[in-house]
Amino acid sequence: MSAATGHAGTLTRPAAPARVASRHDPWRAARTAARYTVLIIVLVFCLFPILWVIGTSVKLPGEYLHNPPVWIPQNPTLVHYRNVMPLRGNLALKNSLIIAGGATLLSMLLGTLAAYSLARLRTGGRHFAFWLLSQRMMPPVVLIVPFFLVLRALGQINPALGLDSHAALIALYTVFNLPFVIWMMRSYFDAVPAEVEESALVDGATRLRAFSSITLPLAVPGLIATGTFAFIFSWMEFLFAVVFTRTKAITLPVAVAGFSGSQGSNWGQASALAVVAMLPVFALALLVQRHFVRGLTLGAVRG
Amino acid sequence: MDMAETATRTAVAPSGPTFATRRRIEGWLLVLPALLLILGLSIVPLIQSLLLSFQRWDLQSQEHPFVGLQNYRDALLDPRVCGAFQNTGIIVVCAIAIEFLLGLGLALLFVGDFTGKRFAMPLLMLPVMVVPIVVGLTWRMLWDNQYGAINQTLSWIAGRDVNILWLAHRDTALFAMIVTDVWQWTPFMFLVLLAALSSVNPELYEAASLDGAGWWDALRDVSLPGISRVIAVAILFRGLDAFKVFDLVYMFTQGGPGTSTESISWYIYQLGFKFFRLGYASAVSFIVVILLTVLATVYVARFVRGAEA
Repeated sequence: MSAATGHAGTLTRPAAPARVASRHDPWRAARTAARYTVLIIVLVFCLFPILWVIGTSVKLPGEYLHNPPVWIPQNPTLVHYRNVMPLRGNLALKNSLIIAGGATLLSMLLGTLAAYSLARLRTGGRHFAFWLLSQRMMPPVVLIVPFFLVLRALGQINPALGLDSHAALIALYTVFNLPFVIWMMRSYFDAVPAEVEESALVDGATRLRAFSSITLPLAVPGLIATGTFAFIFSWMEFLFAVVFTRTKAITLPVAVAGFSGSQGSNWGQASALAVVAMLPVFALALLVQRHFVRGLTLGAVRG
Repeated sequence: MDMAETATRTAVAPSGPTFATRRRIEGWLLVLPALLLILGLSIVPLIQSLLLSFQRWDLQSQEHPFVGLQNYRDALLDPRVCGAFQNTGIIVVCAIAIEFLLGLGLALLFVGDFTGKRFAMPLLMLPVMVVPIVVGLTWRMLWDNQYGAINQTLSWIAGRDVNILWLAHRDTALFAMIVTDVWQWTPFMFLVLLAALSSVNPELYEAASLDGAGWWDALRDVSLPGISRVIAVAILFRGLDAFKVFDLVYMFTQGGPGTSTESISWYIYQLGFKFFRLGYASAVSFIVVILLTVLATVYVARFVRGAEA
């Protein structure tokens, strides 16, 4: 009887060989092979639809309305881009930029101040923070009816604030971004040491001055990441945009969805518009890659 | 959590009643603009919606009489409400189960360093970053029975002509929505779980292997308990998000054939903006609010808080 078997019977084999085995893993080669095989399959699955919509955007109807489908565009053309952009693409792109940009600036301004207060001054405590977070859990659809009535009433006073206006969507997206911005920025401010700021306060600096000259500069990477996410979320939103816009303030997703009734005949133009909506997000995503986990879970899971 | 570490930090600040009061006022002043906006554009509308749900508010009627719980009674007996909840539930449960299992499998396979990881990871993340309505358009084209790549691929695999009308029947249309959601959101699960797995203390694995634990034991006794809170939070976020499913319904089926593929968001949208039954739409909305609040509270108490302890 060795000492190992006497050890409460939990060890089925001596400890030392087990350790060696983990170092010279006999399955290593198989694991590596499996890893790359799966990786390639997953990459193809992930990328194929994206390439398909890009491909459709440069195919002529003869190719995208062909059975069996033509996989690789034979005569790539930019005609759909040229047609759809003056039609409604340029307007939708401009609106999307104004609305997503406006909502981002506003929610970052208000959200950063609130986040700083939550992080440094513990305003409202933990329950308040969770209450703010819970605001984002609500499905947006439950608010469309009251929003509609308010916007309709506002529109009768001033059309620039009512339905089909930039201001309406900017305000709504700001509210929906705020909990996200506050939670994200709070987690970034938490990571900035408070000591320097506290000593500046003792030296007589105002709270706002200590914040803007000491803590804020240290949180710039977080600021950029959070702002980028806020922009992306506003850029992608569809439900509010389709309910509260008609013609003047349509955003890119609404313009893309406008083709949904057309049973295939306009897929080229729809895809061209879709690519215009999609590519800027990819570019921005490169910026915030490192912050993905935090961003997609509002900082609830630290990444 | 991070609360404990920062709580000690606040103790460093000079104390005294005036300082503490000033601090508190400053704190609330900084929060005020955001809070007012949230109250004004989120809480007030919610209350307004509650009031609306007790009224008959239709396009035809000039007046909006108070009808008590009539709208709620109608909603609970409405087969379309029932169907919409069912469809939404099926999509949420199936999509999240698949995303979680796939995401966990991939995370276990790709944890640690290997050549090509830095190149592959950003590409794997792309689906999450595609505008949802573009996802809808793209997969609408892929699922198309004549011009889509899916039937074509199945034809190659089966060796004969496959012509499935994916979006023309309830079951296959829901299946299509689930697969599409899985395509877009598995990378999210994967990424979150990968980050969590990478942060599990490697000494725990060594200890387990010293105890003679196999691969499965290590997964069950070390990895999963180590990341259980992250799993709970990731599933909560994904669940609440998937519950909103609207864009896919809009692009794939518009709720059809008939009303068989309506989701909750879609049905409320139809009630409000096709039939203009704003009172009734508000009642259905409020049932959703109540249901989700209860479910989320129970879930958080049971899984998120439980896993934290």
